[in-house]
Amino acid sequence: MDTSGFFFQAFVYLGAAVVSVPLARRLGLGSVLGYLLAGVAIGPFGLHLVGQEGQDVMHFAEFGVVMMLFLVGLELEPSLLWRMRGPVVGLGGAQLAVTSGAVAALGLAFGLPWQQAVALGLVLAMSSTAIALQTLTEKGLMKGDAGQKSFAVLLFQDIAVIPMLALFPLLATAAPRGAAGGHGPSALDSLPGWAHGGVVLGAVAAVVIAGRFLVRPAMRAIARSGMREMFTAAALLLVIAVTLLMTAVGLSPALGTFLAGVVLATSEYRHELESDIEPFKGLLLGLFFIAVGASIDFGLMGKAPGTFLSLLAGVMTLKAVVLLGLARAFRARTDQGLVFAAALCQVGEFAFVLFSFAEQSGVLPPELAGTMVAVTALSMAASPVVLALNERLLLPRVGTRPSPARDADTMHEEAPVIIAGYGRFGQIAGRFLRANGIGATVLDVDSDQVDVLRRFGQKVYYGDACRLDLLRAAGAAKAKVLVVAVDEPEKVLEIARTAKKHFPHLRIVARARGRTEAYELFDHGVLDVYRETFDTSLRLGMDVASMLGLHPHRALRAARTFRRQDEAVLREMASIRHDQEQFVRTARERIRALEEILKADADGGRASEDHAWDSEPLRQAVLAHPQARAPGDGGGQ
Amino acid sequence: MLAHPALHRSRVNRRLADAVRGLPGITLHDLYAAYPDLDVDVEREKTLLTGHDALVWQHPFYWYSTPALLKEWQDLVLEFGWAYGPGGHALRGKPFLSVVTTGGREVAYQHGGFNRFTVRELLAPIEQTAYLCGLAYLPPLVVHGALRLDEDEIAAQAEFYRQVLIALRDGRIDPASVADRPSLDAGTFALARG
Repeated sequence: MDTSGFFFQAFVYLGAAVVSVPLARRLGLGSVLGYLLAGVAIGPFGLHLVGQEGQDVMHFAEFGVVMMLFLVGLELEPSLLWRMRGPVVGLGGAQLAVTSGAVAALGLAFGLPWQQAVALGLVLAMSSTAIALQTLTEKGLMKGDAGQKSFAVLLFQDIAVIPMLALFPLLATAAPRGAAGGHGPSALDSLPGWAHGGVVLGAVAAVVIAGRFLVRPAMRAIARSGMREMFTAAALLLVIAVTLLMTAVGLSPALGTFLAGVVLATSEYRHELESDIEPFKGLLLGLFFIAVGASIDFGLMGKAPGTFLSLLAGVMTLKAVVLLGLARAFRARTDQGLVFAAALCQVGEFAFVLFSFAEQSGVLPPELAGTMVAVTALSMAASPVVLALNERLLLPRVGTRPSPARDADTMHEEAPVIIAGYGRFGQIAGRFLRANGIGATVLDVDSDQVDVLRRFGQKVYYGDACRLDLLRAAGAAKAKVLVVAVDEPEKVLEIARTAKKHFPHLRIVARARGRTEAYELFDHGVLDVYRETFDTSLRLGMDVASMLGLHPHRALRAARTFRRQDEAVLREMASIRHDQEQFVRTARERIRALEEILKADADGGRASEDHAWDSEPLRQAVLAHPQARAPGDGGGQ
Repeated sequence: MLAHPALHRSRVNRRLADAVRGLPGITLHDLYAAYPDLDVDVEREKTLLTGHDALVWQHPFYWYSTPALLKEWQDLVLEFGWAYGPGGHALRGKPFLSVVTTGGREVAYQHGGFNRFTVRELLAPIEQTAYLCGLAYLPPLVVHGALRLDEDEIAAQAEFYRQVLIALRDGRIDPASVADRPSLDAGTFALARG
């Protein structure tokens, strides 16, 4: 192997990722788009750093998708999966049928032979598991209705790939062009149908049984060896073994590892496996996206940009419309439906495999397949943009508009407290206030959460508290305190800024993720800042100290001192951190902050010593004057 | 019931507590350990009180009184209708003993002395509380001059305390026979055991 070439390639890929992903995230575009842009940048139409081998890299990196499905499986317990069977078959089946039907009809209308139209429809109905799951997870939408529905559809598509591969040769209009790659025909093709089915079933059964009875004892043995890297090796081995087995019997490896994941979801090694596979998955998926970016054929596009762009827009719009319709039919809220449609409207990575298979088995002519591969890649690149646009432009317009009845409700309420963000953090404060008869108007952006809370009779409103009109509708003009408890630090700042500007009388009480976020809030004049883990963590420390024998009351007083000092250092640091020059500020800040904290701890050993009930000085005075009546005879001790 | 907010600084109280810790039939209840944030669990305290035949308070003599938590305890646990008042018979007849350590020497706790009153006189609020609750009040066990005691003296005091608690546990102390004594010293103890 040409190692210098290999290292250079690795350097290019990793370098591109390290530069563009943080950049994309900073711009609020998500990591997937960052990887794709990195791919475009280093690809044949960018810096020419990678060429044709991008395709090979993509095939290798598809393994990242396989790992991702293993991880998804680990998160899903069998019982949960069983409960999802309805949406998987119903919604997933409907999506595939309607989308491929519509595409096929259009294809026929444009004069394609019916075989090609059907094949095209089936392939374009696929969505990208990698992009959709990664983006939804990143945005924290996976647990919501849109996330669950997306997952159901993606799972069904994954399963559907298998019969599609079997179906394509039957649709051939031209002679097959040699052996097909990827998930194509396997060594089992010579077997009669019933035997083939038996082998496939046997392989699935083998995965389930091995997962149940073989993997656990093996993992236990490895765990006993106490070697961390053996665990990682075993986890990788497991995934690769399943992949090999599935490929051998002609099943989708992604589906196989997903199944293995589900089987192991109830095992005690679930989190261990998760954390071992996670970094590989992340890297490979990144590599996959980069390869997709690098493989976009801008040359082909350049020849007929109009046709190309209308094809792209047409496919994505069609898919989105079908998805929206289905979301409505399956009773999703409008905002969740939009997220669902935006997340799945691209053509997925399976399309690469299916298109090359279709081309090789003579179903689709090479030009058509080539164009569609480029459309697929571009649709994957466009989908993070679509999601971002949906989030910025569409979502704020739907659902967030409070109905007149709700509006009036809020206005009449005039609660003294407004709580923005009613998740894990806001809920505790809200429940406490409620329990003590203090009314609070609650705003949250999770529509399902809002519905649940409303069903329990709580006055919770759907909406983004960043919006001035919504704050006003919630009674900000009359309220006394605004509790900003949303998850994202940027949101906290934004809400605080808006409220400070338009409702100066409001006292703003804000949640801060940590020190840095607390400083930001101080800078914006928010003085009531609560670091989200500080109190709990300190209480834990205190309890551990008393478990180890420190007297509980002493531990309590020590924790109080610690907290006082830490708060003081925090405020002091916030006030001095702007004195430095702009360009060294960021760099020095962290170092200084750390130093200050350590220094405070070092001082703490002496200066913070609790003097309460220390009778030693008094005792020394008494012993120095044995006959004196004062001071030792007095009342203090 | 032991009430000392900074046991790690204590010279005498800790030794006294160690002397009676683990004795069968005696529960050493460290109040500041049970309620480090002063949040007294009233029901739990009542259960403890009902489950025992005699009550001993051991604490330093802070400003002629108890440490803060023990005062909080009195305010919360000794409820009307339970410890006193109509139907408040929960503590009736149980012997009650105050064990206090003072910084000042015995000569300071006398009429005309630096503190102008005896310890028993200064403990009048507690004695009256005990009376109202129907407890059988014993003269207080006072460890005087706690700041000046040397190791041997502390050990002797701890042993004496242990003997007193064992006798109290075994019901060998008759509060009525020593009701008027100023404190529970060796002589009073002998008298009380008959």
